[in-house]
Amino acid sequence: MKPMTIAEKILAAKAGVDHVKPGEFHWCKVDRLFTHDPCAPGVLGVFEREFGPEAPVFDPDRFALIPDHFVFTTDPLANRNLDQMRAFAKAKGITLFFDPYSPNYKGVCHIALVEAGMVKPGELLVGTDSHTVTAGAFGCFAIGVGNTDAAYALGTGELLLKVPASIQVKVEGVLADGVGCKDVILFLLGQLGVSGATYQAIEFCGSTIEAMSAEDRMTLCNMTTEAGAKAGLMAPNQASLDYLAGWSGDFGPLIQADDAAVYSRVIEINAASLAPMVAKPYSPDNVVPVGDCVGQPVSQVYLGSCTGGKIEDFLAFAQIVQGKQVQVPTYAVPATTAVAEALIRHKIGGVSLHEILVDAGVRLSPYPGCGACCGGPVDTFGRVNEPVPVVSTTNRNFPGRMGHHRAEVYLASPATAAATALTGAITDPRNDSETKEPS
Amino acid sequence: MKPQRILVLPENTDTDQIITAEYMKFDPTTEEGRASLGQRAFCGLPAGFPEVIDRATKQSHFQVILAGPNFGCGSSREHAPVAMGMAGIKVVIAPSFARIFYRNCIVSGEVLPLVAPELDIAAFQTGQTITIDREQFSAKVRGCDQPIVVEPFGSLANIVEAGGLFQFARQSGRIWTL
Repeated sequence: MKPMTIAEKILAAKAGVDHVKPGEFHWCKVDRLFTHDPCAPGVLGVFEREFGPEAPVFDPDRFALIPDHFVFTTDPLANRNLDQMRAFAKAKGITLFFDPYSPNYKGVCHIALVEAGMVKPGELLVGTDSHTVTAGAFGCFAIGVGNTDAAYALGTGELLLKVPASIQVKVEGVLADGVGCKDVILFLLGQLGVSGATYQAIEFCGSTIEAMSAEDRMTLCNMTTEAGAKAGLMAPNQASLDYLAGWSGDFGPLIQADDAAVYSRVIEINAASLAPMVAKPYSPDNVVPVGDCVGQPVSQVYLGSCTGGKIEDFLAFAQIVQGKQVQVPTYAVPATTAVAEALIRHKIGGVSLHEILVDAGVRLSPYPGCGACCGGPVDTFGRVNEPVPVVSTTNRNFPGRMGHHRAEVYLASPATAAATALTGAITDPRNDSETKEPS
Repeated sequence: MKPQRILVLPENTDTDQIITAEYMKFDPTTEEGRASLGQRAFCGLPAGFPEVIDRATKQSHFQVILAGPNFGCGSSREHAPVAMGMAGIKVVIAPSFARIFYRNCIVSGEVLPLVAPELDIAAFQTGQTITIDREQFSAKVRGCDQPIVVEPFGSLANIVEAGGLFQFARQSGRIWTL
């Protein structure tokens, strides 16, 4: 048997062949599929046009409809899209539909997918969002596609895929205090550039990755798409399996890369040497150590999104702002309803994260979603509507990404965002000595 | 093909610049939604770029884009090639494309993405006219001696020739015809 990478092994299994190699095209069986509200009209429209309005979907239990981008807005077209999702879910018997105006609502799709049991090691997950790669944290080959591909998969349960070459990223050692997973991926983006992994998979390994929590691993895989990667992948560690088990029971055999697997490139990162990193406007690869932009005034801080709105992101933020006051408007949006609930459950020194944030003057939204990250409807909570500098824990800072065309978005970790919120200028979180242990 | 006007765009032009996220509320499969997207093609370009859409005709002043590397990076939105196609921009030539955008162009058949590895946009100016010879995989910009050489589609040629993924799947008997 020829050695293969994780990506090659999963695609070979889904193509029903013993071996695949980079560059080959294969029809692959799609295990699970999802779309969200901005793409649902396109996906469902193409599906009905091509298969007919009465056609069954490939598997109603493996297709999720997840509103998260344009929710809790008065925009009539955005709300019409929700109506379309409701009608389709009802007509096709789709239970994995999380209506924002119901107790079923979850929030940001990439986190909601895990919570809904849609992410399984060794599977092929397809979604109409470039950050679908997040699920690679669990050893799932997860890719973003457009409406046409998604509609094809929705009708047939298969997709024509090109096998990507893989870049191996080895991260070894222990991160310094105040340095987190977000800093690792920003550093990598600085190395690779925004097209450094185009058409390739990024496969992470090494002691740092092994020791990482599930949510931190999701943050890493999430932003591999910012380097153009088709997928970001990791062999599941125990923490990621425990995390999955908390949401959904069963999963199949776990896939590891072969020792002799062939990689197009190997990148080694010494975790201990990393500083907190910042991606300056207007590109996620415009990365510098935080020291290079310390003192840059900001007018707004945002904590949220699929990459920066998980419970551990809130924990890192709360540890720094506890007992202090933010100096600039600071918006926080939990990724999902489960995160919002956990903000009340998780405590530092006996005080809930929710209370810590509110006491610090953070504007905390009770409505999970990701509209601000992508500059959704103008009445979206936390959207940047002025041409001002902003520090954000999100994943993109192209012109206009968070709303206003001339807003300057600096991407940073939750810790750097918190330290910055306390001063009103970009601040190195390692200067904050009063971080406290969570209880 | 008859001569067409070019719009020159820099490297890493992302899908937010092609169509900003807020307009993803338009349905890219209805006539009304598609027209709304087309009228807003390249609405996210920063200041300093020429007007793309003619206010009277709602069509693009330019029919072909010559871009730097990694065109269409960022979001997976298929609204981007739909907006371009509806505005009358049917061809993009660039040294390289972001994966999802390229794929969306091919499977939807909305826009023809041509890879020209040696293309250097510094040699061209917005508003020049271009003639594309698809048979010869080359393009010629008026006033420039060197032709632009584009790569054949390789394994994807069948999908391109069919006009999209569904057309290809029907022609090859992979799915039933409605």
